[in-house]
Amino acid sequence: MKRLLLVFLFLSSVAFAAPAPESLPNPAQEAHARALQKEFRCLVCQGESIDESGAPLAADLRRLIREHIARGESDAQIRHYLVVRYGEFILMDPPVEPATYALWAAPILVLLAAGAVAFFIIFRARNRSESDGQEESVRS
Amino acid sequence: MTGEIGQLALCLALALSLVQSVAGLVGLRSMQARAIATSSALGMFVFTVLAFGALEYAFVTSDFSVALVANNSHTLKPMIYKVTGVWGNHEGSMLLWVLVLSIYSAGIAILKRGGEELTSAALGVQGLLAAAFLLFILLTSNPFLRLDPMPFEGAGLNPLLQDRGLAFHPPVLYTGYVGLSATFAYAAAALITGDIDRLWARAARPFMLIAWIALTIGIAGGSWWAYYDLGWGGFWFWDPVENASLMPWLVGTALLHSALATERTGAFRVWTLLLSIMAFSLSLIGTFLVRSGVVTSVHAFASDPARGVFILLILFLAIGGALALFAWRAPKLAGGSAFQPASRETTLLINNVLLVTALAVVFIGTIYPIVLAAMGTRISVGGPYYELFFAPLFLALMIVLPFGPRLNWRRGDLKEALRVLYPAIGAGAVAFVAVFALVSPRTVAGAGSFAVAAWVIGASVVDIVRILRGRAIAVAAFAAALAHAGLGITLMGVAGTTLWRSEALEVLGPGETMHIAGYDLTLDGVTVANGPNYQALRATLEVASGGHTLGTMTPERRMFPAEGQEAVQTAIRTTGFSDLYLALGDDRGHGRWTIRAYVNPLAPFIWFGAGLMALGGLASLWGRVRAMFFARDNAAVAEAA
Repeated sequence: MKRLLLVFLFLSSVAFAAPAPESLPNPAQEAHARALQKEFRCLVCQGESIDESGAPLAADLRRLIREHIARGESDAQIRHYLVVRYGEFILMDPPVEPATYALWAAPILVLLAAGAVAFFIIFRARNRSESDGQEESVRS
Repeated sequence: MTGEIGQLALCLALALSLVQSVAGLVGLRSMQARAIATSSALGMFVFTVLAFGALEYAFVTSDFSVALVANNSHTLKPMIYKVTGVWGNHEGSMLLWVLVLSIYSAGIAILKRGGEELTSAALGVQGLLAAAFLLFILLTSNPFLRLDPMPFEGAGLNPLLQDRGLAFHPPVLYTGYVGLSATFAYAAAALITGDIDRLWARAARPFMLIAWIALTIGIAGGSWWAYYDLGWGGFWFWDPVENASLMPWLVGTALLHSALATERTGAFRVWTLLLSIMAFSLSLIGTFLVRSGVVTSVHAFASDPARGVFILLILFLAIGGALALFAWRAPKLAGGSAFQPASRETTLLINNVLLVTALAVVFIGTIYPIVLAAMGTRISVGGPYYELFFAPLFLALMIVLPFGPRLNWRRGDLKEALRVLYPAIGAGAVAFVAVFALVSPRTVAGAGSFAVAAWVIGASVVDIVRILRGRAIAVAAFAAALAHAGLGITLMGVAGTTLWRSEALEVLGPGETMHIAGYDLTLDGVTVANGPNYQALRATLEVASGGHTLGTMTPERRMFPAEGQEAVQTAIRTTGFSDLYLALGDDRGHGRWTIRAYVNPLAPFIWFGAGLMALGGLASLWGRVRAMFFARDNAAVAEAA
């Protein structure tokens, strides 16, 4: 992430400063917007969501999301709108689709495989332990 | 002149590291060759120190005829940042990497742990690594290149890096990264000599511990820096560079536990070797990710394809070579162990399964987007992906954890363990009910996290009480209790900050007040202040709570004219249990400024817990050192497990 660039842009955003911080008058809609904007990546600084970012683009996107929410659009519509314009890179979390099946499945497969191996090792160690029962336990 | 001395010293270090590897590996059975390997390692250490000293001298005296100094330093820079600026750039940080490697080599050569032949083979492997990285420095990243004509003034150092804590971040982290090379070298040596037993695990353990302690401190320090320096109140961003340091830590933690079993009962020998190889391989992958420019970050000082290719080559040779050696020799070393399902071995196995899965999550999350990008698809993997998997894995790990120290090796008694742990179960139940009932917003995740944390900390307290009553072996059990309690405390910090954080963003004029989580913040005004090499815009805010004035806080934005860059300086007021965190935002005109305020409950616990973990590691290391120097009888050595 270009934190440096982030800080720089953040500070140079003086020139673009909006007259007031973006927020919706309706508290429920505002809370909704806050939750939704955590899902989108700041395209300038890349490591953070637009919720956390100080880059001007992130501020524009926050305002954009609020406009769409005020119009009563669904989350799916807003997500689609942003993905069409900025690509899937804008989603903090990649969608589940053929290109990312492996990404989502891999941790579960690793856990299952490692668990199976561990189970096998414990099973074998127990059999060995039963067969030479003389072996006494070692105190910690 | 110093530049030439440094250059010459590096060339001599390279020659000696080659001698060290040949003598150490080929002459493993010859006494003379082993002596040559030992003295080469010491000589290589001396010349690396000399080269590093020469670069330090050039930075401290602002010798701008050295290109690296001209590009990364400035006469007005405070002295501390001239000294630490040596590693605030690619070339210097690689030299630091080799310096740390040479210190470990010298340590291996002097201590000769595990016997003459094992030491010799380990030195041979260390020599190969040193040679590879010295070649990398001399061919692609020479820190001593001259500049003609010599510029009048230097370009300065990235202001984000001009920070007292961050100045010492790289040496600490490298002590961890490179320390794993010693364990790697010992693992390769065991495969070469065909000798792996309980003594091997005992020989390698101090190096594992030092590396692990340094990684723990380095990662916690980096996270603390991100917390107070970036101005967004976050402590972990799942940035590829952060992940690069987390991966060796996860494997290192698994290794510390698996090696414990190897040392006490000879179990998991082959697996411990594989973990040793993996831990350092991940350090190398981390170095590649950070140094090659594959990922962009404040850490990637310069991206140069030639460097990336060179590091990739080192990576393939080291990892491929070690794994080939492993595949060839490991089957001969295998030998099953015998233990009951209810035994400490089983808990350590569960620990390893969960930690290796956590590693897989980080590894796949970091590498997958890079691979997909190479195929033309750009996706991003962010915090939610990692957190989705990390939360259940670590909670499961911590639920099993307290049983480990309570079960004996080979054959444990689960009922007895549970009986001893009754107080910890009680602590967990109380924590769940209290958090669920009293803290709002009410979340099961929050109450569950605190229950697990209380269970782990409670178990540690039980252990410490038993130690004080003389019912358990002191040093090792005490070390484990400290480190485990630290993990519980860190969990509380992470849960508290993520689940119950308050934030407010407002535009304030002089005399106006904003409110956050019981605090009233009144802006006095924003003034200009001068630092040694920067100018600051400093906001002064009165902090009050319930009508009582608590003091003032001064978040700043600093402009560094020499570098033409700016940095934010947050203001944090901590009670030890919660942080009030302020950052100065942009100028809205007419004396009005954006102020971002956060209240992060239990945030200090994150780093306090990490500190306890490191302290646990130190206690364990102390037990080793004591055994090494003071206790002559075997029993005392074995005791300090």
